[in-house]
Amino acid sequence: MSLFFDDLKVGTEAVLGERTFTREAIIAFAILYDPQPFHLSDEAGRASIYGSLIASGWHTASVCMRLIVEHRERERAAATARGEKLPKIGVSPGVRDLRWPVAVRPGDRIVYSYRIERLTETKRPQWGLVTSRTWGVNQDGVEVFSMTGGALWEKLPG
Amino acid sequence: MDMLYFEDFPVGMVAEYGDVEVNALRIKAFAEQFDPQPFHLDERAAQETMAGGLIASGWHTVVMLHRMNYEGFLKRMASQGGLGVEEIRWTKPVRPGDRLRAKYTVAAARPSKSRPELGIVDFAFEVFNQKDEVVMTETLIALLKRRPKDAP
Repeated sequence: MSLFFDDLKVGTEAVLGERTFTREAIIAFAILYDPQPFHLSDEAGRASIYGSLIASGWHTASVCMRLIVEHRERERAAATARGEKLPKIGVSPGVRDLRWPVAVRPGDRIVYSYRIERLTETKRPQWGLVTSRTWGVNQDGVEVFSMTGGALWEKLPG
Repeated sequence: MDMLYFEDFPVGMVAEYGDVEVNALRIKAFAEQFDPQPFHLDERAAQETMAGGLIASGWHTVVMLHRMNYEGFLKRMASQGGLGVEEIRWTKPVRPGDRLRAKYTVAAARPSKSRPELGIVDFAFEVFNQKDEVVMTETLIALLKRRPKDAP
């Protein structure tokens, strides 16, 4: 067993981690990256169809990326502790079917999980493509975010 | 400044806008917070990876596009947020010193079935670098207000 592409399994599922979206973090992200009024202030949020300040969907997605990286780092540290060689980290060609079915509001705690959906060959002989579904659920058990993303993943040498 | 409503985005409409210069400080600042992988954080570590040098997080390119959208039209648009994204493709690396610009094509437009005061527009975005290479495409499903009867 290893973390290389050859040893990954379709259907593997795990919790990536969780994050509470504070009012301060929602507004700080919006100022830098998505300054639409309903991401910037309580007043503008109340005047919108959402009825309160809500997090940018890109904030929800960016936090997901952060938790994916943290999860990978924990897995790599555990593999190193077992004395395993580590695969190189590849880039992502893209994502599909990203959805924000329910708004994320100040104080919401989102738990993110993922499941490996497909393992496919690529044109690069040393790299496979891992396709995973990733989703986030709030403290009421309601899904607020989901996407299907790909990442290039190194194969066992030789 | 006139507001832009659903009716102002007919299918086939095209607009070009931007631009933004990419720099290493902002690449690293975004990555430290949201995508701390070696090829987004450190020039030397990035040399050793498949990226061959520092590259922007794909999510950073997404928010650079949306910042251009904001300046280009979103701040005048009666936007009610996004429902989702059909697809994002990161087709070329985005590196420090690149100058990005954007283009959208309205791919589809339909009134909301459940909320008659709202409409749904599918924007097909393309982001180009200074060599006119497409570095990213994104198809966003946007929610916006329809023009009120009493609007100018």
